Amino acid sequence: MSNAPLLEMRNIKKDFFGNQVLEDINLTLRAGEVLGLCGENGAGKSTLMKILFGMDVIRETGGYGGDILLDGEKVDFATPFEALAAGIGMVHQEFSLIPGFTATENILLNREPTKHSVLSEIFGERLDTLNHKEMDVRSAAAIEKMGVHIDADMTINSMPVGHKQFTEIARELSKEQLKLLILDEPTAVLTEKEAEALLDSIRGMSARGIAVIFITHRLHEILSVCSKVIVMRDGRVVQDCPAAETSVEEITRNMVGRNVETGGAQREVRDVSGFRTAMSIRKLWVDMPGETVRCVDLDVKEGEILGIGGLAGQGKLGIPNGIMGLYEAGGSVTFDGQEIPLGSPRRCLDASLAFVSEDRRGVGLLLDESLEWNVSFPAMQIQNKFLKKYLGGLVKWRDEKEIYAVTKKYIDELAIKCTSSKQKAKELSGGNQQKICLAKAFALEPKFLFVSEPTRGIDVGAKALVLESLRKFNRDSGVTVVMISSELEELRSICDRIAIVSGGRIAGILPATASSEELGMLMVSKVV
Amino acid sequence: MEEKKSFGAAALEFASNNIVPILFVVICAVCIPLSGFSVSYLLNEIVTRMGRNIFLILCLLIPIMAGMGLNFAMTLGAMAGEIALIFVADWQIWGIPGVVLAMILQIPFSILLGLLCGSILNRAKGREMITSYIISFFLNGLYQLVVLFMMGPIIPIKHFSIKLPRGYGIRNTVSLLNMRQCLDNVFAVTIGGVKIPVLTFLIIAVLCLFIVWFRKTKLGQDMRAVGQDMEVARDAGIHVERTRLISIVISTVMAGFGMIIYLQNMGNIATYSSHSQIGMFCIAALLVGGASVDRASIGNVFLGVILFHTMFIVAPRAGAAITGDSMIGEYFRVFCSYGVITIALVMYETKKRRNKSKTAQELARAAAEETAKEAAK
Repeated sequence: MSNAPLLEMRNIKKDFFGNQVLEDINLTLRAGEVLGLCGENGAGKSTLMKILFGMDVIRETGGYGGDILLDGEKVDFATPFEALAAGIGMVHQEFSLIPGFTATENILLNREPTKHSVLSEIFGERLDTLNHKEMDVRSAAAIEKMGVHIDADMTINSMPVGHKQFTEIARELSKEQLKLLILDEPTAVLTEKEAEALLDSIRGMSARGIAVIFITHRLHEILSVCSKVIVMRDGRVVQDCPAAETSVEEITRNMVGRNVETGGAQREVRDVSGFRTAMSIRKLWVDMPGETVRCVDLDVKEGEILGIGGLAGQGKLGIPNGIMGLYEAGGSVTFDGQEIPLGSPRRCLDASLAFVSEDRRGVGLLLDESLEWNVSFPAMQIQNKFLKKYLGGLVKWRDEKEIYAVTKKYIDELAIKCTSSKQKAKELSGGNQQKICLAKAFALEPKFLFVSEPTRGIDVGAKALVLESLRKFNRDSGVTVVMISSELEELRSICDRIAIVSGGRIAGILPATASSEELGMLMVSKVV
Repeated sequence: MEEKKSFGAAALEFASNNIVPILFVVICAVCIPLSGFSVSYLLNEIVTRMGRNIFLILCLLIPIMAGMGLNFAMTLGAMAGEIALIFVADWQIWGIPGVVLAMILQIPFSILLGLLCGSILNRAKGREMITSYIISFFLNGLYQLVVLFMMGPIIPIKHFSIKLPRGYGIRNTVSLLNMRQCLDNVFAVTIGGVKIPVLTFLIIAVLCLFIVWFRKTKLGQDMRAVGQDMEVARDAGIHVERTRLISIVISTVMAGFGMIIYLQNMGNIATYSSHSQIGMFCIAALLVGGASVDRASIGNVFLGVILFHTMFIVAPRAGAAITGDSMIGEYFRVFCSYGVITIALVMYETKKRRNKSKTAQELARAAAEETAKEAAK
């Protein structure tokens, strides 16, 4: 048995309601090995780790196919606690720490050594008092094991963000049974120096015989610390080789490069350098949790389709949300020579800007209202359209006929599948809901349209239709469109130019004819 | 850079964090001379009221620790205490044995009510305060049903002195004259004309020690963890719902003890109103002591009781001295307790919001620095 690898995953398959997200994943990992796992967002990395860690969401969505072997024995964790007991530790992207507790208290959370007392004999173990001396000893040992010094007595909320990350790692290391540690983008929040320290610490763990799965977008880190690399794309492993035999360029190509044949459906790309500047964004910052924008300078040309791409969490979604006033933002934005005040959605809409949010159900739709209402509501509210005025405008009534007409027009144009224009928005499928969101924005007849993740979670047919209608809207009405999407291919198929956001900044703007490799390199260039 | 705050800024921060206690110190400082009470009278009154009230207020600390806010449903414990006292009064068991019996008797009632309240609050996470407030109204109705209609025909009540003349239900006032201050009088010492109820204070001291010790137990640590972040606590394997439930049960049982101490000092039960305002006044006193919705210490309890009751004692006389109408003082103290609770709730929300916009400020600063760097180039 000693020859069996520490972890073996065989033919792992997973689908979410018919949507295949993982297909035939195989990987093996020996004690002390460091595995670098990379891939674009949606490539299936997180899902794979969730399966390994026994997260609830996997079972709730119908389980998975294939086998997981730990030390040569088949395991199937029903809860993360079972995975923990078996020696698997995981540091998630979001911190899981108690803010008012010290590092020590967090490291030993719910595993505190205790002292018996008379009262605990009567009322049970939970009335044992905590053994603070022993706690200090154990947390110091865990921090020592990690090899990066942090103040054990400092409370989490007064720590710099990097130290929070180290506290999480120390917590996993303090578990004696730990054999395999999964680090999900641990360096995303670290400074250069801290990241270096973490890499040293990973080397130290590996020397102690702990296997590490290291997920990151910083590819040079993978090359410097990992013994092998696995690259995933669209739910498959596309590259599996020792780290010494590959390069950043090769990994990038494997991460983003789809088959050139299918990606070649490029339409006409216009050279927009001579166009007038419609919107100019200067020093924009946006406090959108998980999508922080740090400092963005960007000029959008009149009449173009500008794509904004980038990895998740790098801030591409923050840009439209900040400009349209949905999150706190600062900097300056001028549109048509006029300054747009930030933090005021109404003023943006008044200036003929429109926004199709990525949050369809939360921001985009009135779920319990009819399609007619959904399509006409903003136009009614902002531009007094679809209203009949009586008594010189004192009394305004909805013009039901016109509302019906406009909704019908978009239902036909966008091929929205519904029983009637009176159907409730929540009864439609995701793709059709997305089309309603677009119709709503189109009904405003804006001069400038932000579209955020228009094809997220919808099927291929609907995707093509949505993209085509956006293109048509741009060409026919001369509307400037800024489309934010995490799918590069989609951006390349309809945009004139593509701006890549990385680390909350614009990493570069390329014409849509640029290759996937070029765009991919920009994506990871400033990742923080 | 931020470490070196000027003295003025530090003082301002201290003031803004402790606005309520400071306000009350000022009110008391103005009203005490106006009321014209002697020092020994004032001290006597304050000491009596401390003994009467502190136990009740201490019961609020544990739910705050568990992140459930101010437990308006402590009224439930008070009801349990009253029911126990009614039984004891009916059985004519007086003095210390009566008090002890009532304390034992109230435990099952308040555990039951605490379990009920706790499990409802577990279904209303994030809205504990308003929910517990409404629960206290709902159970007040239930209490009235039991005391007004069931006591007599269903629950045997014999003694004529507490029964309504119609034959069932309890009188508006139940006299506890025979156990009045029986706890307070044990080992009582008088220093400079101020009577100190030593036993009551000893009981309070034991409870304070219990709370200090409790914070150090595993359960206490779990409660603090649950109070700060339920999801993280759950991920670490702590039973969140159970922990919250226990905190409410402990609070309710303690409120029951507290109510019995309170009533033995008063010497009578106002059957239909004693409990209804007690929650409000205890919470107001705690907040006056500088506590907030998510943080409260034993120190807050003592300071709060002293300040709040000083105002209670002097306000009517001070009001009468200024306007010639003593009702104004009465009005003032009710007004104050609701006012204090409102201020505390508003401050809690503003503080949360202020913390949230901090990250935005940092981003703005970073962007500005970048602009400056570019300009320097």
